[in-house]
Amino acid sequence: MSRRPPEPVALVKQRRDRTLAALVAGVPYIGFLGVTFDRRGDELTAVLNYDGKLIGNPLLPALHGGAIASFLEVTAIMELSFNMLWDDVEEGRLDVEALTPETLPRLPKTIDFTVDYLRSGLPRDAYARARVNRLGRRYASVHVEAWQDNRQRLFAQATGHFLMPPRDG
Amino acid sequence: MAQGADDKARIARQFIEAIPFSRALRMQLDEIGNGVAVISMPWSEALVGDPKSGVIHGGAVSALMDTCGGAAVMSHPEALAGTATIDLRIDYMRAAAPGQRITARAECYHVTRSVAFVRAEAWDEDRARPVAAATGAFTVERAGGRP
Repeated sequence: MSRRPPEPVALVKQRRDRTLAALVAGVPYIGFLGVTFDRRGDELTAVLNYDGKLIGNPLLPALHGGAIASFLEVTAIMELSFNMLWDDVEEGRLDVEALTPETLPRLPKTIDFTVDYLRSGLPRDAYARARVNRLGRRYASVHVEAWQDNRQRLFAQATGHFLMPPRDG
Repeated sequence: MAQGADDKARIARQFIEAIPFSRALRMQLDEIGNGVAVISMPWSEALVGDPKSGVIHGGAVSALMDTCGGAAVMSHPEALAGTATIDLRIDYMRAAAPGQRITARAECYHVTRSVAFVRAEAWDEDRARPVAAATGAFTVERAGGRP
């Protein structure tokens, strides 16, 4: 059996980055929060870029619990969506060039989301990574961890359940 | 010295209206006192999570619930003005209708020496069908600190 020659790395990266960019561009709330994503292979790190409007307690000051919850939920849904599209993107079943918010597949819907606030969020950038613990045809369970200066010292974590969009075929 | 209920409500109102993130989401305090708070926010393009439907992102609803829960705790007769969320669980029951204002009502139903327990509900213009429900635990700050 003959193997296909490997694709140029720039092409592979461009396809993955375009998919991620289309997913991000499709959600206005991600822009409102100022969340961006770093990608290494299929691993995403979400960045909550610090802004004064994210503050919840001006006296401390500390990030708003709602901003933290939003950041974690955005991270979980993006991880799940990127995961869901990955195979189609890798195998060329999805026309990445034509991806726009209008042509994107439907995103997972949150069923429930539980946030655990471990310490107050400092007024600086925060990072988060999500892990899909279960991905079934209908339901998914995702865990998210967020930290600021030290990866080992989480300031918040969350678990959520999601309803996956119906898939063709 | 115990604060009067009106004083407490006034302090909680000032505090909540000064929160930058709540202001960014254009939250409005509609009612507060005795461990109950009602806060609402308008639908906005910037808060949309699903561009196809125009439905607001769950995270924005979480932010409303969290703010409302904290406000309910601050207005409780046994708590001081000042609290932090320990945990918050939200159940999303249906998508909020695009274009409609979302209102949350939180009730601090039990307070111990250190913890306040909160239940909350949110709805759009259809009051009979909630869009989300939440339960949470918040810290309680008391005068003189922990004994």
